[in-house]
Amino acid sequence: MTTKFIGKRVKRNEDPRLLTGQAQFVDDVEIPGMLHAAFLRSDYAHARLLSIDVSEARKRAGVVAVFTAEDMGDDWQPGPPLVSPPPTVKDVIFHSRRQVPLVKDKVRHAGEAIAVVIAESRYIAEDAVEDILVEFEPLEAVIDLEKGLEAGSPLVHDDLESNLAAHLFQKKGDYEAAREKADLVIARRIVVDRGAAAAMENRGIVTDWDKKSQHLTVWDTTQAPIPIRNGLVARLGLSEHKVRVIAPFIGGGFGPKMMMFYPEEMLIPWVSMKLNRPIKWIEDRRENFYATTQERGQIHDVEIALSKDGHILGLKDIFLHDTGAYDPYGLTTPLNTQCHVMGPYDIKNFTSEVSVVFTNKTLVTPVRGAGRPQGIYIIERLLDIAARELGIDLIAIRKRNLIPPDAFPYEHEIIDQAFAPLVLDSGNYWPVMEKALEMVGYDQFIEYEQPRLRAEGKYVGIGVIPFLESTGVGPYEGARVTVEASGKINVATGIGTQGQGHFTSFAQIVAEQLGVAVCDVRIVTGDTAEFHWGTGTFASRGAVVAGNAIHASASIVRQKVLKLASKILKTPEEELELEDGLVRVIDIPHKSISLGELALLANPLRGAVQPGTEPGLEATAYFGPQYGATAFGTHAMILEIDPETMMLEIKRYITVEDCGTVLNPLILEGQIHGGVSMGIGNAYYEKLHFDENGQLLNASFADYLIPSATELPRIEVGHVETQSPLNELGAKGVGEAGTLPVPALFAQAIENALNNRDLEILETPLSPNRLYELLRPNEEKSR
Amino acid sequence: MTLPESDKQPVRLRVNGESIERVIPADRTLLLFLRDDLGMTGTKCGCEIGECGACTVLLDGNPVCSCLVLVVAVDGADVLTVESLADGDNLTDLQEAFLDHDAVHCGFCTPGLLMSAEFLLQRNPEPTELEIRTAISGNLCRCTGYVQIVEAIQDAAARRRAKAP
Ligand code: FES
Ligand code: FES
Repeated sequence: MTTKFIGKRVKRNEDPRLLTGQAQFVDDVEIPGMLHAAFLRSDYAHARLLSIDVSEARKRAGVVAVFTAEDMGDDWQPGPPLVSPPPTVKDVIFHSRRQVPLVKDKVRHAGEAIAVVIAESRYIAEDAVEDILVEFEPLEAVIDLEKGLEAGSPLVHDDLESNLAAHLFQKKGDYEAAREKADLVIARRIVVDRGAAAAMENRGIVTDWDKKSQHLTVWDTTQAPIPIRNGLVARLGLSEHKVRVIAPFIGGGFGPKMMMFYPEEMLIPWVSMKLNRPIKWIEDRRENFYATTQERGQIHDVEIALSKDGHILGLKDIFLHDTGAYDPYGLTTPLNTQCHVMGPYDIKNFTSEVSVVFTNKTLVTPVRGAGRPQGIYIIERLLDIAARELGIDLIAIRKRNLIPPDAFPYEHEIIDQAFAPLVLDSGNYWPVMEKALEMVGYDQFIEYEQPRLRAEGKYVGIGVIPFLESTGVGPYEGARVTVEASGKINVATGIGTQGQGHFTSFAQIVAEQLGVAVCDVRIVTGDTAEFHWGTGTFASRGAVVAGNAIHASASIVRQKVLKLASKILKTPEEELELEDGLVRVIDIPHKSISLGELALLANPLRGAVQPGTEPGLEATAYFGPQYGATAFGTHAMILEIDPETMMLEIKRYITVEDCGTVLNPLILEGQIHGGVSMGIGNAYYEKLHFDENGQLLNASFADYLIPSATELPRIEVGHVETQSPLNELGAKGVGEAGTLPVPALFAQAIENALNNRDLEILETPLSPNRLYELLRPNEEKSR
Repeated sequence: MTLPESDKQPVRLRVNGESIERVIPADRTLLLFLRDDLGMTGTKCGCEIGECGACTVLLDGNPVCSCLVLVVAVDGADVLTVESLADGDNLTDLQEAFLDHDAVHCGFCTPGLLMSAEFLLQRNPEPTELEIRTAISGNLCRCTGYVQIVEAIQDAAARRRAKAP
């Protein structure tokens, strides 16, 4: 397919506003008479709430109201479940316990909100929070996943028999039989710990209730404005067209802004209606560390069975998944782990059993990667160990096990996060890996450079990790494309956007169909007043699902344009082309009509139209994929470790991606860079440290180290394209891809650099300190 | 603690070339003064404790975290924010370079980054990659991985050098 706009490095339409400080973020919304909210949050992770006295706070000058759970009366209700449990798997256990707007009886994680103060200014509101007196009975906290499941453990939810939130078993083939036949069985415990998404913009909400018109407007830092609107409608008893949710420019999402409903998200609109005043609440950074969802904590007891030539015969993974204090997001994250722990490999026998555990920690919902990095870390670590034990090259063992190109669509016989059978739609994996090997100069490095550098006393290592990513899942998105009388195109879609460049990549899709300049396509996302069907931006699905809905709508508009133009220009449709905002007769370029004129003609003010005629050049269409499209990639890295400090320097970082059709390489590369940078943080710098009481010990950017410009390398990006057969554009998602293989890559490259046979890395995140600790016992041993 | 009304103080500043006189509480930070009192919301707030750099502005020519600066302590100062850069729709060479290199993703860190980069380029017309990375190391960005930002700053420096007499 030759394209004019799709696949081109088009500069972003949205940037001028962002570059000049004119783009509106939630915190930039200012409404006359607006009040400000601040929350009293629990310092304890687990405690009974004995009494609460807000009388002093209410007396403070400038305080308008203070609400506790009791003040909410019957309106106090746990949030609605976000992902309706349970999936359709035999014997699944799922205990749904949802977050509450304000703590009523018992605090279940540090940072849980207990009361909200509404005041003339944020300053006053925060001071008044200090005036509130609360009496707690501290309880022993559930922090450790294994201890949490032991009999006699304190309970996060007293009405349950244990802290087991869910249990799910999935299998394919017969692992035990495969194990019998194996030449080598490797069993390990692998631990993955928690990190934060740490978007630069904290969460925030501004609400405006107009009592006279009974109209509620909510600006929300959400990735899913339409579901938020729907939920508010249901809870507040308003009609749909009376609630408008706007997700304006959002300063990074990365998953946690897809969580809903955060307690504040329901509470602030409710208070706004109670007080009949506009209200603003903006989370501060400390609250973000405590009250915005996190992810990744899992403990895997895993076993892999192999033949002596390195073929994987089977895999068995029994793991614990930390869901934090509540589980509104269902099983999405552990299901993703189950679906990625087989990696891009042809594994015929598989058993996976997950126990989801309630803990007295911040809620867990997907964070960029969403359970996938854990799965990839597990399988790739196991293959590294297997390769070592079998004396097989690290690349060879992977190549041997990759799903071959003729095996697609490849059915995994388990269900995925959408509760649909896991099917890998398409792919050709080895060429992607091969390209990464070429780009990093693998053979050259192993044969010449590494020995030379080692001889100089340098600790240099290389890593290469392939991975796949399920993306672009359903259910659906929609879009409306309209040709306006000005000749410009207006496109509305329901998803939110958090910096992915949708205003541009979506415009390219439309420009391609309608022959207009990309800058003449105006995209509106995240405003329920403009488009009110859809789900949200998650699971690397924006470009795939919304992109294809836009493509479908634009195609219909194109047909309408051609039909009308054919009549007016008295030329058959086949002889017309759409170029430069005009419909032209191909052979007689001056015989043309502009899209704007056509739009006017399509909406006559007088006269008669043929029966069944729809006015305007407009179409709305939806796209819902049969199942998700699976992308593939390989990262390669060369690093050097300072053996004294364990600080490392990344010398080369290569990614090769196959995410199907590339809409805009400039944006794609940026998405990958960003994913990698978060992955590097996950792998070597970022870990949330909770103590045994559930206190987060590093709740600031001074202690929780997200990579700055000096930690990150240049990142070289290569592309290979295997189009998805599941959608017209042939696209696959890429938003999360960059993060997935990085922890596994670090582990492999570090082991390679240190070249110490006793070092076996079985955990992530690492850090210089942790790596030092891991090496110490070995040193002692060798002494 | 909120300060009593009597603690308000008069201040005079130049903000983006304009003289501003206000009577403000003594605990007002420059960040909130810009955003709330002057309605200049281009400068962003990511942490309020000097750890993210989203609030970076130039104070008498030097980059500072405006969340850490009390306005009364800098009475008489000259402040430049992101809003001072472009002339209407005409972006500066630095902004253009950001646009060309896709150095803006969500854009939340961008206003602060532009000010740090502007400072660097004024001091050092030919910065090395390491100098650029160091100059922006106080500006956290969660979206870009900094690759395109570094390229953009390099490119802006080159454009400036090409234009220089
Ligand atoms: S808001 Fe000032 S440094 Fe973060
Ligand atoms: S572009 Fe989002 S934080 Fe930098």
